[in-house]
Amino acid sequence: MWPRERKEDFCLQICLIFSCALPRADCHVSHDSHQTANSTTKNFPCCTCDLEPRQTTAAADGSACHSCMILNLRILSASAARVPCLSSLFSLCRAFFWLVSLLLASLIWFILVHLSDQGNARLQYGLLVFGAAVSVLLQEAFRFAYFKLLKKADEGLATISEDGRSPISLKQMAYVSGLSFGIISGVFSVINILADSIGPGIVGIHGDSPYYFITSAFLTMAVVLLHTFWGVIFFDACEKRRYWCLGLVVISHLVTSGLTFLNPWYVASLVPIYIITFCMGIWAFFTAGGSFHNILKCLSCKQEDDSRVMMYSALQVPFED
Amino acid sequence: GPACGGGCRFCGSSSLKWACVLSSGSCEGNSVERKIYIPLNKTAPCVRLLNATHQIGCQSSISGDTGVIHVVEKEEDLNWVLADGPHPPYMILLDGNLFNRKVMQQLKGTSRVSGLAVSIAKPNPPQGFSPGLKCPNDGFGVYSKDYGPQYAHCNRTVWNPVGSGLSYEDFDFPIFLLEDANETQVIKQCYQDHNVPTDGSGPEYPLCAMQLFSHMHAVTSTVTCMRRNSIQNTFSINPETVCDPLLDYNVWSTLHPINSSEKVDPKKEFIMVATRIDSHSFFWNIAPGAESAVSSFVTHLAAAEALHKASDVHLLQRNIMFTFFQGETFDYIGSSRMVYDMEKDKFPLRLENIHSFVELNQVALRNGSILWMHTDPVSRLNATVEPQVSESSLYNSSVGANVTLQEVGFSQSLPPSSFQRFLRARHIPGVVLTDHQASFQNRYYQSMYDTPENIRMQYPEGLSPEETLEYVTDTAKSLAEVATVVARALYRLAGGANDTSAIQADPKTITQMLYGFLIKMNNSWFQSIIKPDLKGILGDDVPQHYVAVSSPVNTTYLVQYVLANLTGTVVNLTKEECLNPEKTPNAEKEMYDYAWVQGSLDPNSTSRVPYCVRSTVRLSKALSPAFELREWGSTEYSTWTESRWKEIRARIFLVASKELEVSLHFAWCLSSESSLFLTVTPIQ
Repeated sequence: MWPRERKEDFCLQICLIFSCALPRADCHVSHDSHQTANSTTKNFPCCTCDLEPRQTTAAADGSACHSCMILNLRILSASAARVPCLSSLFSLCRAFFWLVSLLLASLIWFILVHLSDQGNARLQYGLLVFGAAVSVLLQEAFRFAYFKLLKKADEGLATISEDGRSPISLKQMAYVSGLSFGIISGVFSVINILADSIGPGIVGIHGDSPYYFITSAFLTMAVVLLHTFWGVIFFDACEKRRYWCLGLVVISHLVTSGLTFLNPWYVASLVPIYIITFCMGIWAFFTAGGSFHNILKCLSCKQEDDSRVMMYSALQVPFED
Repeated sequence: GPACGGGCRFCGSSSLKWACVLSSGSCEGNSVERKIYIPLNKTAPCVRLLNATHQIGCQSSISGDTGVIHVVEKEEDLNWVLADGPHPPYMILLDGNLFNRKVMQQLKGTSRVSGLAVSIAKPNPPQGFSPGLKCPNDGFGVYSKDYGPQYAHCNRTVWNPVGSGLSYEDFDFPIFLLEDANETQVIKQCYQDHNVPTDGSGPEYPLCAMQLFSHMHAVTSTVTCMRRNSIQNTFSINPETVCDPLLDYNVWSTLHPINSSEKVDPKKEFIMVATRIDSHSFFWNIAPGAESAVSSFVTHLAAAEALHKASDVHLLQRNIMFTFFQGETFDYIGSSRMVYDMEKDKFPLRLENIHSFVELNQVALRNGSILWMHTDPVSRLNATVEPQVSESSLYNSSVGANVTLQEVGFSQSLPPSSFQRFLRARHIPGVVLTDHQASFQNRYYQSMYDTPENIRMQYPEGLSPEETLEYVTDTAKSLAEVATVVARALYRLAGGANDTSAIQADPKTITQMLYGFLIKMNNSWFQSIIKPDLKGILGDDVPQHYVAVSSPVNTTYLVQYVLANLTGTVVNLTKEECLNPEKTPNAEKEMYDYAWVQGSLDPNSTSRVPYCVRSTVRLSKALSPAFELREWGSTEYSTWTESRWKEIRARIFLVASKELEVSLHFAWCLSSESSLFLTVTPIQ
């Protein structure tokens, strides 16, 4: 079984997603996290939320969905973290870095296209491939830049905190950064297609494959997962200065991007991309500290004792006889 | 008309479509949309028109109607649509020869039809095709239960026996016309590839489908929509008009100039010559009107030119007024408005000034050389005036010309004509000249097939556009004969006593006019006679003569300028003097109209030599008096309005089965919630 904290988080998350649609009047809001723990398991779906004072007012006013969405983002971006605010900030920052890298890459491609002979189809195709490669390299470069930024922030937060430890964990930040990178990348690759899929027609009248939409959806999922895994591996590699890992990440990104040029031969592009995703997933799992032992423990549903309580009692000064 | 001006299409529906700006530098239909849809560009919709009590035309749902395409080329194919087909609703691609009342009644009664696309039949249907009424403009002419009841409602003569009345039916699905044969072929190819049933069972998904957008804003009748307009205008900050009355301008001119700002002396007599200049068909803005409108007003223009060239015109005791009425197809909008203005003293003339009336109606399809003269039998019975004056002048004028004038029987009523509106107000002797004795010779009256082929206009192969403009067809020669007879008769009627053999209509002018009004407006002659800032109205498409709601339409402008060119004089004024005649001495602004036209192109240069034309041509508003009097439910005056709409377009694409759509939704959820699944995986 999962640790109790995980369960709370999970319940809280599910509850919040559903409670977006429920009238706010049924919800109790509270600052006390102790009460949060009790009420969550009891009053599903009418739940309590660990809200900051500002958002309490918002909820009371009735803009429930708005605050719910913010909370969702927080939970999504830091499921394990206890400092949701910072994680969401970092994930937004990360997404912005990705956007800037895409902007630079498309500027380069745009300028090249307009400087070259637009009638030459081969040249334009070559420029497209080049543009994609430049985009991949720029994305990895910005990932590295973000890593440096995070290191600096980590050091800064460590110096100003009370116990000399930074409140953020770099491993979690790696995961968060990869995830937000993946989300924004996925959103960008799929939103155009989604907008057109809303209409009554499907792709195919000019002879294209009718599996266009579903393949795009699977490809997007693969991209999202890949970016998450790459984020974890990349940050770990930068921490431990294993530059061959970095190189492997960049190469696998380039290979994935190149495989998409094999479309519409979907089998040739999708299958290898999923193989790469699976491999990266396993690598990221082990990089993040996972092991077979952990998986077995998770699957055997053993309930862990509340270590928090034990710590408290351990710290308690024993009564004088 | 369109509810918003010009290009209403905005860049896609997604708010993130700006992504395509980065990739392509422009925002018109991204590549995914182009993979899915093939737009049909050369189509004409059927729109909704309303009158005092009914709505006619077609309507689609607000987000377009979609259906699986089925090609119907013979009547048996309809069974698939109406009963057997497993994927209703269907969008029918109908062959033009099957576009008749019988088939349309079957389609109207079923819910398995979501729309119709009609391809033009080439050649024209041999049995004739007319979506107009059998009795055009019934109830708005002169014959009613109080006046000649035996002639009312076409009791004696059915004028348009081929008429099916389709234009005046109300359909609840969209109907489009496919003008381009290539697009029709593309649709048929898509149908062959995907929709053909295999071995009796239904075809497999994906299927070829079509979507038609033609949502109309107005409903029920003119009364309802004008009421809603006034509510919007009164209470809304941003009023949304739902319908517009059909309106335009009549073009009129006089042989001797008159002071248009004053009323004419009641003792002055005028001979009124009238023709209509508009037509209609089932589809919006498709109205070639070759026989029903163009032939008559071109003849009229040629007669006016011939008269103006006569040497002693200024000595004639009666003046002649050449009038071109707009909107006559829709219950006599132009002529009813002119009669109303004359009665209410808003026009320089009054009804008392009209001595006699000559109207030209459909004169191109003469049988042999006979031209028929129609008169009103009821006024013949109450003859206190001299009805024979017009006829005798006409008889005398036809001597020597290849035109035989004959009177129709005394017990036949007047055909539908503008003269009937004048008769409604006052007894005026008059005659209507046509090429048909009883029913119309025109088997394509008010349809899309009333084309130059209908009036036997033929050009030899291999001519350049300039040569085609100059080539004198047989039709032009025949119309020139009619114009000569009319001009000579008018001369006599106006009191001319000299020999009329010098009065001849020019076939060259007629053939140029026929080319310009029926084949291509953008020719060198039309370009040389219009104002410089009106160059844009000369398009390269086939000219259409529908009255429309924004005025003046191209036809009105061109008739005005052609009349000015043919009957006016070139005066030696500069551009400033011509454009501001009130500042020029001796300009007599009230008597004449001055126009600065761009002139013809020098053969060796690229610039034009503009000049000033002085003529007596004027425009008078042709809006039904019902809208002036705000009587939306009037049965006395025309109440036709046209609905407004936002977008009209058509496209074809493939549709998937319901199972594939469900799996698409699943995949969407999968990709967008993959992040959610990640968060519940334990990662330390």
